[in-house]
Amino acid sequence: MNISVQSRRRLFVNAGTAGLSATAIALLAGCESMAQGTMAGGAAMKASPASDVATLNVALGLEYEAITAYQLGAESGLLSQQVLPVAVMFQTHHKEHAAALEATIAKLGGKPVAMKPKGDYAAALGAASLKSQADVLMLAARLERGAANAYLGVIPSFGDPDLAKVAGRLAADETMHWTALSSALGQALPAKALSFGA
Amino acid sequence: MRLTVLSAALLAAALPAHAADAVRGEELWQSRCFACHSLDADRVGPRHRGVFDRRAGSVPGFAYSPALATAGITWDTETLGRWLTDPRSLVPGTKMTFRVADPADRADIIDYLRRESGR
Repeated sequence: MNISVQSRRRLFVNAGTAGLSATAIALLAGCESMAQGTMAGGAAMKASPASDVATLNVALGLEYEAITAYQLGAESGLLSQQVLPVAVMFQTHHKEHAAALEATIAKLGGKPVAMKPKGDYAAALGAASLKSQADVLMLAARLERGAANAYLGVIPSFGDPDLAKVAGRLAADETMHWTALSSALGQALPAKALSFGA
Repeated sequence: MRLTVLSAALLAAALPAHAADAVRGEELWQSRCFACHSLDADRVGPRHRGVFDRRAGSVPGFAYSPALATAGITWDTETLGRWLTDPRSLVPGTKMTFRVADPADRADIIDYLRRESGR
């Protein structure tokens, strides 16, 4: 399991992009599947690409942290043979998110934030305190739930509705991850509706 | 019509103000703030322990936006309330966009942050 966001991005950047809005082009460059259904044909941005770039860079920071969290979990030796492939798959999703965000930020004229050294994430997340598979899954579940809420929370702030839609799709992925993780932990599902994004 | 307005005003006055609840605030903080923030570590956002009475943009080593670093704000109940309502309204140009729409949720999160700041 290695992190190869750069190569993935190069692959998608070379894809054909004629006939789509600037944002859709960027999204396609970052993640082909994520671009499906975005507004095509020159959808106008409502306001402030710079503001959108700042928000996207915060999201990119979240994705880098998630990628590294799953890397730390995978390398911990604490995950079972049944759980490890799922963790790797979720990490792959986050790599695809990051690639899409990097490409979109660049397309909007911004500079993507850099990924920090792995040790910085490990220290900030308290990786040394993870002693069991359940510890790893609980940390992942907390991060995924937080990310889902974060993406839902920033949707109203985007000037570009295409980006708002992508934030919703990212939130859906994070919610899917959280649901699987909390199920693996034997946690109860939320008893009430609308438990995310309030 | 006048009676209706008066009745509404009296009803609003009779309703108890929301009593901030740090325990509920911790739950809310875990689900909404933990994506970016920890109490004692700088992550996507700066550490939260000690945020009360802290000058905005002052955690050493954290890469704040220039806007927040020079905002001249000190965090307290009032400024945190405005911040969580709409960060970019309080500090245009800040990186944070996430909002907490519900006043009771904001009050509880702020009470949790106050508690964890030892205030």
